[in-house]
Amino acid sequence: MTEQPIISLRAVTKVYGDGPTAFQALKGIDLDIAQGDFVAVMGPSGSGKSTTMNILGCLDVPSGGTFLFKGRHVETLDRDQRALLRRRYLGFVFQGFNLLSRTTALENVELPLLYRGEDKATRYDMGMAALDKVGLKDWWDHTPAELSGGQQQRVAIARAIVTQPDVLLADEPTGNLDSERSVEIMQLLTDLNRNSGITVLMVTHEPDMAAFARTIVHFKDGLVERIDQGVEG
Amino acid sequence: MLGTTIILAFRAINRHKLRSFLTTLGIIIGVAAVVTMVTLGNGATAAVREQISSLGANVLQLRPGQGFGRGGGGPRPPDFKESDLTAIQNQMNGVRAVAPLVQSSGTAIYEGNNWSTTVYGTTSAYSEVQQWKVASGRLFMPEEEEAGRAICIIGNTVRSNLFPNSDPVGKRMRIKGVTCQVIGVLTTRGQGGFGDQDDVVVMPIRFVQRRFTGNRDISQIMVAVDDAYDSATVQSSLEQLVRERRKIKPGAEDNFNVFDTKQISDTLTGTTTILTQIVGAVAAISLLVGGIGIMNIMLVSVTERTREIGIRLAIGAVAREVLMQFLVEAIVLSCLGGLIGLFLALVASLSLAPLMKVPFLFDVKVNVIAFLFSAAIGVVFGYFPARRAAALNPIDALRHE
Repeated sequence: MTEQPIISLRAVTKVYGDGPTAFQALKGIDLDIAQGDFVAVMGPSGSGKSTTMNILGCLDVPSGGTFLFKGRHVETLDRDQRALLRRRYLGFVFQGFNLLSRTTALENVELPLLYRGEDKATRYDMGMAALDKVGLKDWWDHTPAELSGGQQQRVAIARAIVTQPDVLLADEPTGNLDSERSVEIMQLLTDLNRNSGITVLMVTHEPDMAAFARTIVHFKDGLVERIDQGVEG
Repeated sequence: MLGTTIILAFRAINRHKLRSFLTTLGIIIGVAAVVTMVTLGNGATAAVREQISSLGANVLQLRPGQGFGRGGGGPRPPDFKESDLTAIQNQMNGVRAVAPLVQSSGTAIYEGNNWSTTVYGTTSAYSEVQQWKVASGRLFMPEEEEAGRAICIIGNTVRSNLFPNSDPVGKRMRIKGVTCQVIGVLTTRGQGGFGDQDDVVVMPIRFVQRRFTGNRDISQIMVAVDDAYDSATVQSSLEQLVRERRKIKPGAEDNFNVFDTKQISDTLTGTTTILTQIVGAVAAISLLVGGIGIMNIMLVSVTERTREIGIRLAIGAVAREVLMQFLVEAIVLSCLGGLIGLFLALVASLSLAPLMKVPFLFDVKVNVIAFLFSAAIGVVFGYFPARRAAALNPIDALRHE
């Protein structure tokens, strides 16, 4: 891992509110994430891991410090520039799946491609390929209501990877699933990390799930407490 | 990008068909109401104009007495004389034609049929004044008028009741107990503002005076104004002439009146136009309410779809795209509503026009304006909710339950 890290946080702080009620969620984070890594972020609630994930996902900006993404200073970008960054390089998977209701699996997966302005044939081909990767090709015309939780999360993963992003951010991806489905999802993420070279950042509070990652970052009280490298078996 | 947002808008509308329909209902009703009202109003105006023009275009009607009635008590104002008629004909400018009129009512009989009708005693100038023509047969000859021959020209209602299966021209029928020969049939005039204009028997005035009224008085003189002259000027010189002839002292009231059909026509069409505008304005308020309805539902929709907006923002939609999506959704809804409204208005106008006995006049301008207005409502009332959606913070939106 001699090459430039894909993500680099330096002295990142985040303050919510101002005056006497201000709350400092991040108190100076330094963190490098290498291209192709599989990182699990752990920590108790309120430790700053979600805030960090929001910043890493370019959904939020740090109050202080620098955030380099692929050599770009994200903290200087405006809302729309960050949106374009997300569109181009990032994929999101959420705990609550967050699929559009009454919308077929394929239409959900195609959504990021619509914003990229891809034509209908390309959208179909790429969408079906992504669904194939998560093993749901035959379910393309089912709406979320007709799919199980595990299947919904796999559709969400397909949506996240359909644009072939550099980084996949997963916020408690197995939080709403039973252990068997959780393992399936983790195997899918591992597979995407290894075979498609996607850098995976995952928030979890389950050590079993974190065990799938190569690097585990522990947060505590708005600071990085410890980084376990190469824990993967 | 616009293509993308239109696809997204149609998908969103399609996903919520009932809600979309209810959203547009206000616009549908508003557009349908405005367009129907204006279309029927235009028809009514045209119908009134048509009825007025059946009175004869730009005709001054000279009658004894004040106003429509013959006045209250007191001596009955005298009728006109034949010399009045000639004076008007010879001494006035701007007169195209002058026709005397004596009216009488009675029963016409031919073979087994009888029909109660109105007899007009006049001259062939009447045809010129009222712009009536004979559909078959001919008008009176001057010598027939002079002699007061027993001949008549009948209106179409009389024709169909007395001569249902035969050509009346040349036949001899009886009217008020005297025999007369039918020499012509008038063209159909239809229902006028003053009853059936075809229910009439026109005879030479001399004949009517001799056999029916028993004197040589003329109860009404109709003066057709030359188009090149202003009817108000002609009217005042007519009044002046009649005052002189009747030796009315300066300052004394007229014992006759002149009724200008053009003035009535202008007044009545003006009235119906104003009524159309008022009813149209009331209907336009419902269109405005429809617009507020769209805004209301769109705002609810933004709240309800907060999470969806969060997802879109997270996967890389820029604020402008979310704004456009909601705006396009509102515009598509209101335009669809506008189109459905126009269609309903067409159906309603087509079915109501015959019931109201007014002609159906398709007004392209009103339809286009109503449609553009509904589209504008989509823009105006869709913008606020769309801006609210676009301004959402993706993190909060995603967390929204």
